[in-house]
Order: sequence, then C-alpha cells, then structure tokens
Amino acid sequence: MYGKGILKGLSVTWKRFWDTYLDDISWMIRGKKRYHSEEGIKHRSSKNTRGIFTVQYPEERLILPEEARYVPFLVYDEGAEGKKEVRCTSCGICAKVCPPQCIWIVRSNDPNTGRPIPEPTEFYIDADICMNCGFCAEYCPFDAIIMDHDFEIASYSRNVYNMEKLLKPASYYKSIRPENYARNEAERKAKEAAKAAKAAGAAPAS
Amino acid sequence: MMTAPASTTTIDLTQRFPGVVTPDARPGYSGFIVEKDKLVEVATAIRDELGFDLLTAVTGVDYLPENKMEVVYHAYKTTGGPGLVFRVQVPRVDPVEVPSLVHVYPSADLQEREAWDLLGIKFTGHPDLRRILMWEGYEGHPLRKDWQEPFYEEEVKPFKSRWPDGKFFMAEDRNPFKDNLKFPQNFDPEKWIPENDEMLYQSLKRYTVKSEDGMTTDRIVVNMGPQHPSTHGVFRAALTLDGETIVGLKPVVGYLHRNHDKIGERNTFLQNMPFTDRLDYFNSMSNNFGYAITVEKLMKIPVAERAEYIRVIMAELSRIQNHMVFVGMLLNDLGAMYTPALYAFEERELILDIFEAVSGSRMMCNYFRFGGVVRDVPDDVLQKIKDLVFDRLPGKTDEFERLLSENEVLVSRLKGVKVVDAETAVKYGVTGPVLRAAGVPYDLRRADPYSVYDRFDWDVAVRHNGDMYDNYLIRIDEIRQSLRILQQAVKTIPQGPINSQKPQYQVRVPAGESYGRIESPKGELAFYVVSNGKPNPWRYHVRPASFVNITCLEQMCIGTKIADFVALLGMLDIVMGELDR
Repeated sequence: MYGKGILKGLSVTWKRFWDTYLDDISWMIRGKKRYHSEEGIKHRSSKNTRGIFTVQYPEERLILPEEARYVPFLVYDEGAEGKKEVRCTSCGICAKVCPPQCIWIVRSNDPNTGRPIPEPTEFYIDADICMNCGFCAEYCPFDAIIMDHDFEIASYSRNVYNMEKLLKPASYYKSIRPENYARNEAERKAKEAAKAAKAAGAAPAS
Repeated sequence: MMTAPASTTTIDLTQRFPGVVTPDARPGYSGFIVEKDKLVEVATAIRDELGFDLLTAVTGVDYLPENKMEVVYHAYKTTGGPGLVFRVQVPRVDPVEVPSLVHVYPSADLQEREAWDLLGIKFTGHPDLRRILMWEGYEGHPLRKDWQEPFYEEEVKPFKSRWPDGKFFMAEDRNPFKDNLKFPQNFDPEKWIPENDEMLYQSLKRYTVKSEDGMTTDRIVVNMGPQHPSTHGVFRAALTLDGETIVGLKPVVGYLHRNHDKIGERNTFLQNMPFTDRLDYFNSMSNNFGYAITVEKLMKIPVAERAEYIRVIMAELSRIQNHMVFVGMLLNDLGAMYTPALYAFEERELILDIFEAVSGSRMMCNYFRFGGVVRDVPDDVLQKIKDLVFDRLPGKTDEFERLLSENEVLVSRLKGVKVVDAETAVKYGVTGPVLRAAGVPYDLRRADPYSVYDRFDWDVAVRHNGDMYDNYLIRIDEIRQSLRILQQAVKTIPQGPINSQKPQYQVRVPAGESYGRIESPKGELAFYVVSNGKPNPWRYHVRPASFVNITCLEQMCIGTKIADFVALLGMLDIVMGELDR
C-alpha cells in the first residue's frame, strides 16, 4: 500500500510525542519529581529515558562524572593555623607535558644558598589557551594539580590564572573527586609506610 | 597490535625496473625509491601489473639536513592485504619538481595540491596546481622546516621560557603580529586583486560558450558556501551550471585550516594526542586510535589486552553515534528539519555520557595512550555500555528504520539518485561507507586488520547500487554490525592492566617511518609519522578521510541537478575540522 511507510514513520513520532506526557504522569502518580531533582535527571540520562530528555540548564544541571575535566587547579593541604601547604614542588613536569604550553612556573630559590627549593614562587595558567586535555594532572607525581569541575569561566578579559586564583584546598578536591582522592591518599599512606619500614629496617643495621 | 606491515617484499619491482627502482635501505624505512623521471611509468605498472588500485596517501616530507625533499606514496589493493610504499627523492633546490600522478591515480589530485601548497613541491603535469589550504597570494610553504609561523617561539616544545623561570607573557605582546608576518614583495593590500578566484573559475571552464541550435549559451557560476548552512561547515563549492545541471565543480577549502601538521611537528609525540581529537571532532576516539597505533608501530610496543578491547568498544560506540547523526543530518539536508536529527542526538547523548565518564570529556576525549588507554573503564560504566548495546540501541536502530527506511517520500527522493559507482570511487580514492555502498567490500577492519577486530564475528556491510538510498542504508547496516562487535566485546573483555607501558610523559620513539591506518566512520583515517629519534616527530601527516573523499565530489556531481548537490555532499559525511586541519 502506498503511504504505509509514511504512516509507520508517523506512528513513531506519535509515540514519541505521547511518551513525554505518559512519563510525566507516571512520575506524578508515583509522587516523584521528574524535573528539578537528582533522581529525575539521572533517569533522563539513563537507558530507560523516554520522551523529552532535555535538562533545563542552568536551573537543572547534569551530574558530572568524577573524571570530568576542565581547567586545572593547584591543591594545597590545610596545615596548622590555616597555613597553606602547597603540594606543588615546581618540578615542571606539567609545564613540559602541556600540549599548548599554557603553564608557566617560577621555581623558588633559597635566598641564602641560591639552591632551588621545592615550592613555586609563581604559577600561571593561561586558561584561554588551555585545551583541557588533563595531561598535567595525569603526569603530576605529587597529585598537586587536578582538573576542576567548574566549567563556567566566561569573562570579559583574558583568563590568566595566578597562584591566588589557582590554589584550592584538598577538601575541595575530595568533594569533586572522592574516588581519586581516596586512591591518592591510600597510595601516599602506603608510600609513607614503606618509607617508615625502610627506615626502621635500616636503623638496626647502622 | 598491528600485524600487517605497510610494505611487502614479495613483489620484485627492482627486477621489473632495474636501475630505476631501488629498495629503501634506511633503517626503519620500507618500500622502494623510484627515479623521478620514471615515476609515472612505475606507478602505472604498480597499478596495472601489480594490482594496487587504491592510492591512499601522497605525503611530502622535507628532509632539511639531507637537503632532500621526498614524496611518499602508499598504494593498496581493494581486495585487501598489505600495501606498497614507493617514494621519490629530489634535491631541495627550488623549483622542487616531481611528476604528477593525477593521470594514473586521480586520487592524488587534492593531495598533490596540498603538498604543493604546504611544502612547495611542484607536480609537473598536474592540471590544476593551485594552493588549496592556504590562500592564494600567500608567501612561502609553511610545512618546510625552515618556515616559521607568526608567534613563533621555539623550534620544538617544551618551550624553555615556561620553566623554571616562567615569567608569563602573551605571545602577541612579545611578538606583535606585524613583526612576524611576511608579505610578498611590493604587497599593497589596497591595490591587491586576488588572482585566486580568476584561476579557480578558469579551472571551471567558465568561458566555454556552447553553441547549439545556432544559439549561443553561457554558463552560470554559482558559489555555494562558505557560509551556506548545509555545507557542514565552512566549505565552499564553485559550481558551473548549464541550466540546472552541474557541469563543473571545484571544492574550495582551507577556511578552517590551522596547519595541524606543523603544530604536530612542534609537539612531542604524546602532546599530539589531544590535538588529534580536534580533527574529526565527532569521533575523537577513532582519531586517538589511529594516532596511537601509528606511533605504537614505530615504537614496536604491544598493547595491553584489556586496552585493546576498550579501544574497540570506544571506536565502535563512536561509529554508532557518528552514523546516527549522519542519518539525522542527511534528513536535515533533505528538508526533514530536526526530527530525525534530534532523535539521533538523543542516542548520541547517551554514548557521549559514557565517553565523559571514562575519559573526562564528551568530545575531546584524549583517551588513548601509547600501549593502552589512560584509565580503566569502571564496572558501573561497563554496565552502562552493556545496557546500551543490549537493551537500548538495537531497539532504537529499529525505531530509526521504522521512522525512515520505508517512508515513500524519502525513498523516492533517494532511490536511483547516483552517488558514485565502484570504479570511479576506487579511482578517486573514496573510502569508507560510500565505497562500500558502491559495492566494494573494502573495510580496513577486515582488509588490513588492526587491533583485535579479527576476534569478533561480524560482516563487512556492503550494498551494490551506489545510489543515495544505499548510502543511507549502509549506515544503518554498519550500526548493526558495530552493535554485534560491541556485544561480543563487552562480554569477552578480559581483566588486566590497561597499559603495557609505564606512564611516561616523554616517550622514546626510534628513528623510522610509520603509516598507521584505521577504518574511521568516515573512511580511511591514516597517520604518517617520521621520527628521527628525537622527542618530537620529524614529520607528522594526517590523511583524513573527508579530505581525500572530496576529490571525487566533482565526478559525483557532474550531470546531476544542483538540487542534489547538498545531498551528495552530505553523503560524503565531511567534517571540516578534519578536512581543513
């Protein structure tokens, strides 16, 4: 029959049209919120989603996966009396691996001896040149530079971030990447334990 | 791990052409060196006597220290198997001249123009040797090793100014645009008339006046693009029309050119990985794949078993979403605005969620590393992939077919409208679904197997009419085949490490050359990398599917109505990020 294919196609769009309303009603009957709730957003990005799946940004936001990456930040541990213990040792690996070369580091030197000390004096990231590839965080041996989840950085001028802007506490890192944080902490503890064991083992020998 | 080498020694070209063809003896190189004067003769023999009917890549290389220029040709058989590499070497003294192979292999057309444009290798006998990626009137050839770009800082990365004394400056402050821009001599922008357009139109035979029935008729030149909404980006086509029929067409590209190859040569090997994402931005996983296997071949390292499976899963997911969006966009081009496109985007969204969960980014994945991938696929994400490939996507593909495949309006629009026939497609180097829709079952996953595709049970999708309807159907077929591969891959994925190498930010790559190719959703995506043992590639060349496929565009369009042009262009599934690089 001529026109059968068109009718078949129209049945698909017809079904899709009603799917949204049916889904809405079923959520309503169950007394749950399809919109503006975490559960609703998760449902809309799951395999069971039917009908309209749009997430109404900025009122609603997609739940970012832990690995989501945007312009990096520097991590500091909170020491005694609110002292910022910057993890970065200014080894320069991030600056060397950076594909668009947007990381600038000034290494600190001891004013008395002139020898380098493991701490950056200055640290710049040109966020407009940054391509969010995540190499710096991936190859940092000290977990000192981490990719952020904050993607709303539009501004009227060039986004050149200095130390002040880049430093964020380890607690923030923990809040956006709990699994990575736990893994890093476990690695660190293991390393320290190994060091302690080695020191303990070396002590009797000497 | 790649199995088939890019060249084979079973064919004895050296005996067929004594004194003309010599094997390339440089360590790490393969193939033959052909005397410049006999190139056309040898290439004809390679095509006719040895049966290498598909010339996939023409690559120019500037060997500045040896004061030589080289053109490398990679020829393959559409029946499958390893390829043949032959090359010409000429002294690096202007004019650098190499005979053109356009008349033997028409697929060399745009690639020779590219080599002329970027490296200044003059192909004698080329019918239309104009610049292609840079604009006409541009001074110099940017891929030459002694050429420096505006804002040039250092020969190779990492730049010394970044560490340990990284006092921030903006490139444009240190090196104002004016100071580093070269103009031709006596250049005055006020008085300059672009010769480009005149040359372009001459190549179209605009002034051919035909006289029939005693009437003098003239042809019309129509410029479509670069801002035309249906040219898939900044693509421009200059068409000559006889009434409504297309009688000539020249693609004009390069509006999005950023000299990816030069950036790649300044980068270290690893730093190129995120840049490949920006080629075909729909399929960054495939781009990563191609580059990773190319460099792995050169480094001679194995790939971790689990990583091979992850790679295949990601590449096939990428293919599914690409083809779905292709169908949606094709319908957009044909005037069925947005409904199919948005249905496709819904599935694409779910696939991109997976990419984001594993790699951290939806489109710019940067997920592959030499020897494996960057991080493991967690169990919950693997479960999500299983849900998609077993429960959702097969049903949605059926729904897509119900929506479109039998629709009488669509069928009568697509059926019988010729895209390209098999012979022309092979001649002009078309690869990918368009070639398979024309009846040539040439799929690199089967013809030149890489990674672990040989472990799965799947068929090469092929259709035989080569019309638009077949080109549409083959995409649906390929989605189904990809789902088959995926279903087996997620079931049989082994546990284990995800990288055979230790993570290192600077890899050691032995000297030599490597040509790695994969079946990207758009056709053959290949990388040609030359290493001289230093941390940066000496030559880094991308052979994108979109770019070589449009060589055939003129052949496809001649004789059809202008109303079909948009659909035909849509069939090639071009992405300007890859085409212009």
